[in-house]
Amino acid sequence: MSLVNTEFIKESLNNNVRSDGRKLDEYRDIEIETGIIPQANGSARVKLGETEVIAGVKFSVGKPYPDSANKGMFMVNGELSPISNPNYRGGPPSPESIELSRVVDRAIRESKTVNFEDLCIEEGEAAWMLSVDIYPMNSDGNLFDAGVIAALLAIKTAKFPEYDKESGKVAHETRTKKGIKLQNVPVMVTIGKVGSKLLIDPTFEEESIMEARLNIATIDNGNICAMQKGGVTPITNEELKNAVKLATIKGKELRKLLNKY
Amino acid sequence: MTEKSEMSLVVKGRRIDGRKANELRKMTAEVGVIPQADGSAKFSMGETVAIAGVYGPKEVLPKHQTKDDRALIRVYYSMLPFSTTDRCRPGPSRRSKEISKVMIDALEAAIITEKYPATAIEIHVQILNANAGTRTAAINAASLALANAGIEMRDLVCAVASGKADDTILLDLFQPEDNFGQADLPIAVMPNRKEITLVQMDGDLSSKEFDEAMKLVMDSAMEIYEVQKAALTGKKEKKK
Repeated sequence: MSLVNTEFIKESLNNNVRSDGRKLDEYRDIEIETGIIPQANGSARVKLGETEVIAGVKFSVGKPYPDSANKGMFMVNGELSPISNPNYRGGPPSPESIELSRVVDRAIRESKTVNFEDLCIEEGEAAWMLSVDIYPMNSDGNLFDAGVIAALLAIKTAKFPEYDKESGKVAHETRTKKGIKLQNVPVMVTIGKVGSKLLIDPTFEEESIMEARLNIATIDNGNICAMQKGGVTPITNEELKNAVKLATIKGKELRKLLNKY
Repeated sequence: MTEKSEMSLVVKGRRIDGRKANELRKMTAEVGVIPQADGSAKFSMGETVAIAGVYGPKEVLPKHQTKDDRALIRVYYSMLPFSTTDRCRPGPSRRSKEISKVMIDALEAAIITEKYPATAIEIHVQILNANAGTRTAAINAASLALANAGIEMRDLVCAVASGKADDTILLDLFQPEDNFGQADLPIAVMPNRKEITLVQMDGDLSSKEFDEAMKLVMDSAMEIYEVQKAALTGKKEKKK
């Protein structure tokens, strides 16, 4: 980004104004659409301002892990696809892609929103594998929050295909009416630190001047279920506490919106 | 963070290994353990043992990754196949790649990278034995190895996890508390500057519990620092 732009963003932040006119604690407009991919068992498109992310759920059947014989499997995969931003490169998954996948995975897994025992078909023998793939279509910052929303709604709207116990085959062309009952609405709020300011839901421009990043996921009762710091600049305990407070308040607002779907 | 333990993890304020809630495991630290490396260290917290080797500042390869104004920091975290209960597959996994990434963030904050422009500083960390808290032990070892290599730093980086098990906030979880616990909060700090360089968390914590867990970490960071310092200055750690 040009120096002029960087200086402009930083200077505006000193007056508590962001380059797109938002307040520091203001989220971008969210647009949500579900059931966008007919081939997927569940899917969602989330727009966060200009950021657009799609998530798709695919079910398959596999052998449960030996240490959780009565549970299904869950996997989140995300990719910073080069189509969505000139700064992303193709090739094997970058550390940033892996971090995105794993942070989204933790937010959902740790919230216990999916009861993995519900995914078990036959203990020790067969269980559903719930694979969520997150793809940014346009990356204008904060893929984390958009990713969690998209993944959650894709899971929420997903319907199981038919499974034949005898042959052990999944009939992908048939859909049952059965879905996954979610116990919770985990919401992630990402906060950036620029100088002494904390700003919510950063754009790509803001991300490139941000010194540190905090992803904080909360559940229905306001408790924290997952957290991650990124960026090389340290933060103080005070800043961390303020970020948690901010994430809890914003999380409540977002949850209200998500409950409509 | 999903299973609930059959047995109690905390009884009358004591944990199953006899520690109090705010008590760290026994730590040992040693530097210069890999003579071939420019700096190295071994750090153990209870049964978790990490060994770190630093190579650099050296030439950046491939060249196009060079940063003209500062050093490029690379971290390679790995768990040796025999370090865990079940053999873990050698080579990088998604987990180890993510840990390497957050370790770069956690350590780069302390390194004065501007002092070494256009070079690479490579930090290799291997977990010899895993009993929870491997990433924090890895950071403690890596920060020591960097200092041992003579890399200029703002402060040492001290890391430990706190968490929740049996509805009690505990410091420095070991395996049963990690497996059957309710939350895990690995934190790295620069203790003299009181600045946080790593935050991760999974599980379930109210904001009050979170504050309490953070306090345990912040209060114990100096203790880790003293062990690291003793290893660097060659003075044996004094028994309290």
